[in-house]
Amino acid sequence: MRIFDPHIHMSSRTTDDYEAMYAAGVRAVVEPAFWLGQPRTSPDTFYDYFDSLLGWEPYRAAQFGIQHFCTIALNPKEANDPRCLPVLDELPRYLAKDRVVAVGEIGYDSMTKEEDEVLARQLQLAVAHGLPALVHTPHRDKAAGTRRTLDVVRESGIAPELVVLDHLNELTVGMVLDSGCWAGFSVYPRTKMSEDRMVRILQEYGLDRVLINSAADWGSSDPLKTRRTGDAMLADGFTDDDVDRVLWRNPVAFYGQSGRLDLDVTDGEPKPDETSSFEGNSIRRGGE
Amino acid sequence: MPLSDASPLPLTPEARAWLDTALAEVAADPAAIRTRFPAVRRHCGRGPLPDGRTIDEAARVLLLAALPLRDQALADEVAALHRYGDPAEQRAVLRALPQIDREGTGRFLDLVRGTLRGNDNTLIEAALGPYAAAHLPADEYRQAVLKCVFCEIPLARVAGLHDRADAELTRMLGDFARERTAAGRPVPEDIAPLVRPFTTTHGAM
Repeated sequence: MRIFDPHIHMSSRTTDDYEAMYAAGVRAVVEPAFWLGQPRTSPDTFYDYFDSLLGWEPYRAAQFGIQHFCTIALNPKEANDPRCLPVLDELPRYLAKDRVVAVGEIGYDSMTKEEDEVLARQLQLAVAHGLPALVHTPHRDKAAGTRRTLDVVRESGIAPELVVLDHLNELTVGMVLDSGCWAGFSVYPRTKMSEDRMVRILQEYGLDRVLINSAADWGSSDPLKTRRTGDAMLADGFTDDDVDRVLWRNPVAFYGQSGRLDLDVTDGEPKPDETSSFEGNSIRRGGE
Repeated sequence: MPLSDASPLPLTPEARAWLDTALAEVAADPAAIRTRFPAVRRHCGRGPLPDGRTIDEAARVLLLAALPLRDQALADEVAALHRYGDPAEQRAVLRALPQIDREGTGRFLDLVRGTLRGNDNTLIEAALGPYAAAHLPADEYRQAVLKCVFCEIPLARVAGLHDRADAELTRMLGDFARERTAAGRPVPEDIAPLVRPFTTTHGAM
């Protein structure tokens, strides 16, 4: 089983997770820029975070045989803090980068006026840079928030096939698929979505324009939920090809719309293991 | 002229057209480099050149050379490209430092120092080129060499070793070798030539 996790926050995961993910079949990930547990208070701390998403994490992932891409944006929650807003002015630099395959995560947290403005502005940035958009739907008041998100997406003029709305559930999947956007599901140990519910949604709505992710982060989450969902699909009678479609070909098709999803980076890219032996590497040695 | 400088690069017609346009845009408006510099790789390619660089590194140097800026304005624009750059962009800036700092002032040394504090071997290696060899103070240069040995970056890739190796570096590498030997761990072979010339009081390697 080859797996592309289209939404996972590897900066908050350990090297053991990378090893376990590789063993489970994960070969590529997209890490969306988002909030941390601790609120940020200045633009500079975003730039350091973006450095991690573009530098340290791809470097770390490559040592475990996993390709790492990212999405860049000012997230909805911190869009409410005027101290963080100058980040928006530097986004064009980041949206021009090779490993940035979408604008995201954007969307709503508490559905404030500030979130409205920042969401609309970043959808325009996606249009201007020819990038897909990864849109988070709010955890509170989700159905109303999803409807409002779809309205803003429609008004922005971005092509619906360039947009994924994420963290969907039984109540929001229908309206999103009807809109022409992609439907993202975060399979979590307790909240959001479970493997069994995911399988039932796939039975009802089909495999077209569906992305399944672990959205694993610093909270109670599991980076192997993609694999467990694939196993649950097989147990329910879906074929290997169905699993490959949902867990690999769909995310490749979605992020491939960026024109930057180069999954065969072997040509000219210095890899950690070329310049340093396996055990000599600082990560493998436990940060010596 | 920057436009003609692109001619020796092995570029497809599309890549050459993109690069020529980008060079003209940067020459007309220096701020254009902020979105052209990051995009070089996917437009021009990243294959190796005979001189050891990659195509994108060489093309990025051309963009830097096209900047119609001098002195502090040039230094600020280059520092920002490095600050907001991904690793491929940062490697290109680091390798271009001798050409950007033509007067040899050493004013970009802080980019080298910041890189040497990091943990990405590809960046550390790019930082330890001729610019670092020419400008890093002796104590910092020695620490950088020792860090390369730790990270197992082959010393053949570090610029200036022939001229800058000294008795203190020999002592540091000798101590490192003894520490490794005591721990029953292997000692990188490429430090031997550096240790021998200055060795006086010990023969244990």
